Amino acid sequence: MKLDSKIPDGPVQTLWTDYKSKIKLVNPANKRKHTVIVVGTGLAGASASASLAELGYKVKTFTIHDSPRRAHSIAAQGGINAAKNYPNDGDSVWRLFYDTVKGGDFRSREANVYRLAEVSASIIDQCVAQGVPFAREYSGELSNRSFGGAQVSRTFYARGQTGQQLLLGAYGALMRQVDQKNVELYCRREMLDLVNVDGKARGIIVRNLLTGELERYAADAVILATGGYGRVYFLSTNAFNSNCTAAWRAHKRGALFANPCYTQIHPTCIPVSGEHQSKLTLMSESLRNDGRVWVPKKKEDCKKDPSTIADDDRDYFLERKYPAFGNLVPRDVASRNAKYMCDEGRGVGASGLAVYLDFRDAIQRLGAPAIEEKYGNLFDMYAKITGENPYKSPMRIYPAVHYTMGGLWVDYNLMSTIPGLHVLGEANFSDHGANRLGASALMQGLADGYFVIPYTIGDYIAGTKLDKVTTDHPAFASAEAETRGGIEKLMAVGKKGHRTVLEIYRDLGHVMWDKVGMSRNDAGLKQAISKIQGLRQEFWTDVRIPDTAEEYNKNLEVAGRVADFLELGELMARDALNRTESCGGHFREESATPDGEAQRKDDEFTHVSAWEYTGANKEPVLHKEPLEFENVHLAQRSYK
Amino acid sequence: MSTPCFNNQTQMNLKLKVWRQSGPKAKGRFENYTLEGVTSDMSFLEMLDVLNEKLIKEGKSPVEFESDCREGICGSCGCVINGQPHGPWQKTTVCQLHMRAFRDGDTVVIEPWRAEAFPVIKDLVVDRSAFDRIISAGGYTSAKSGQHADANAMLIGKPVADEAFDAATCIGCGACVAACPNASASLFTAAKITQLALLPQGHPERTTRASRMVAQMDAEGFGNCTNIGECRAACPKEISIDYIAKMRREYVGAMGAELSKPTKVTVGDGV
Repeated sequence: MKLDSKIPDGPVQTLWTDYKSKIKLVNPANKRKHTVIVVGTGLAGASASASLAELGYKVKTFTIHDSPRRAHSIAAQGGINAAKNYPNDGDSVWRLFYDTVKGGDFRSREANVYRLAEVSASIIDQCVAQGVPFAREYSGELSNRSFGGAQVSRTFYARGQTGQQLLLGAYGALMRQVDQKNVELYCRREMLDLVNVDGKARGIIVRNLLTGELERYAADAVILATGGYGRVYFLSTNAFNSNCTAAWRAHKRGALFANPCYTQIHPTCIPVSGEHQSKLTLMSESLRNDGRVWVPKKKEDCKKDPSTIADDDRDYFLERKYPAFGNLVPRDVASRNAKYMCDEGRGVGASGLAVYLDFRDAIQRLGAPAIEEKYGNLFDMYAKITGENPYKSPMRIYPAVHYTMGGLWVDYNLMSTIPGLHVLGEANFSDHGANRLGASALMQGLADGYFVIPYTIGDYIAGTKLDKVTTDHPAFASAEAETRGGIEKLMAVGKKGHRTVLEIYRDLGHVMWDKVGMSRNDAGLKQAISKIQGLRQEFWTDVRIPDTAEEYNKNLEVAGRVADFLELGELMARDALNRTESCGGHFREESATPDGEAQRKDDEFTHVSAWEYTGANKEPVLHKEPLEFENVHLAQRSYK
Repeated sequence: MSTPCFNNQTQMNLKLKVWRQSGPKAKGRFENYTLEGVTSDMSFLEMLDVLNEKLIKEGKSPVEFESDCREGICGSCGCVINGQPHGPWQKTTVCQLHMRAFRDGDTVVIEPWRAEAFPVIKDLVVDRSAFDRIISAGGYTSAKSGQHADANAMLIGKPVADEAFDAATCIGCGACVAACPNASASLFTAAKITQLALLPQGHPERTTRASRMVAQMDAEGFGNCTNIGECRAACPKEISIDYIAKMRREYVGAMGAELSKPTKVTVGDGV
């Protein structure tokens, strides 16, 4: 299979504009004859549904949640980047493009990233027109702040709830189209299979999560906007229901999965407090501006009250190892070093899996009120969750998974290797390379939904012969039968099994975190593959699932997702094993500079790794899409 | 804020009295459970996870409840704990409530939201789709995707922008309805109407919005507001009850505008 990225010819600066003026259009009267299925109602899915319905397409929109507004985009805190240059600090589309390619450690596609930067300014105009209450200055103009990986202030925000406000804007636009009957909204439905007819994506099979019934829906094109797969680690900052199932089932039907090993791990999260833990909470990385990160020098001090440990007995390890950047090294470096300290047995807290983030010196220097002014809400959140007072004793923090850069492979049109199947937002792989910059996830979700797919899907529909297909087509019957078979098999095991879904899920999470987490090596990845295979076997012989498949059954839902994670996890380990370089969020211990920092191997790995599914328990096949850097010069990152 | 201490976990045994209802038409009942070894650092939902793991191992049906982000922003979770929606902590969703709010030996009564417009689906899970239908009746501006005026072409004073944000922080959890003796959705509806009435972007459609959203709220079977204020006390985002007064002004304005018009505003049927 040759991967054709379909990047148009020409200079990157005018590529998208030229392309838009040349691609095929569907005339307004014909649009209403075409149905598009959108799965997912986060930023990408809700914005795509609304935009396509406004254009006149008949849209069917699906979400696993009780309401589209629950999608996990709602939890994004920090902000959304846009090259508006309102602060007059030298920003431009080019700079946003450059920062994003560099931030992605030179493993993303220049053409896609440039387009993202180019449409970023329109996103802000769009959201303001919807009534999104962005932060403003006393002048009445929009406010900006700075974020990691950039030297300009280009981040727009709505306090610490930017994702919520943007999603409610997109949700409003979606609900308006529901009201106008241009969108049929299906809540509490989980996509369990993709239906291909004559090699094109023409529909989906969903399970009604209230009744357990399987339902068939047909369309001319299918859009997946189903988010990332960070929950493969069980513990992450992702929501409880975030999952890979829709994407994974599409993968099994022929869509290649790109760069699955690229995961982003955020350094400042509240650590695990016990085996019962169900999710991790992120604390803004801005805390590292004033907090100092340390662990005790001596293992025997780790369980002591930190205030009794003298300065000479503390190891401020980031300041020691990275004197130039100190506590403000990038996310991946900060995360990895916290892990190394804990691996050495110098982690703190009950679990030994935490490091201190200490504000003692900042409070002495600036006074507690100044710290409260800056970080009060974060300190309150920390106190609520841990019951400890961070003004008096240092915070304990630990890294946690919170974003996945990998995803289904898409071309410039955001179409996967299955014609008609388009993939938007975190579910695709296209824009962030091996590492995503802060405030870029919201930008990408909305860029894809509001400003890219409305054009590219028209080109597909206008340029493709689409025979009329209904849900009576045999392909629907066979996909439904397969899905039903899968659920029956699960329930049959589930009646007799002994281990709960969560127990096996947690075991998978442990393997993924230990072996396919912040730091990876050949031996560990091989162990991970064999452990995951073992867990998969255990799951399919000994999982316990309560109740029946014909009712609301959260354990059955989660079981289906865990079954898919048990396959995706192995693919992630295989991808990580194959990529023997370190880049962005993927750190291979064998590929380090003499002083232990990440070392890319551009000669061998300047490509996208896209994996083809070849059948259950069979080795996947690797396809490569070479990456070309014509505009941004390849360079190694250093923070010493 | 609690006093700082190190490794402050304590263990407790609890008596749980949980509402169990197998389906929308089934008759519900309270079921009693004893749960041992609950630690003070668990969140309330993690405590329910532990209960469910125990029930599953015993071959029993777990207690169904909803949750997603588990960090207080998605609005999925919600149940009434000892008579209080989202439990004893102020400004806190159930997922952010931690077990240190309880003491060893406590009896904890757990019920679903109770309102005619929120029918029970199973156990603690209720159907809140009425909220979506209220929003679909006008909780937006009609700006389509595409090119708009530059974002800074429209100046909005910081105090107005801040207040609009305060109204917009509603997470749609339904605690206001559960707390209200009339099961009114006024706080929820008012929050959206207020956000868009404050902002210039919302002005062109403000009369249609107020009349349609209020009509939809009534059509869903929510009760009327009688200014009791329980909604505000239960709201995890501290949405101000003042917005209900604003909603009424918007609604009265809308009715005035409607009377002076030759044709009636059409009330859509929502989702």
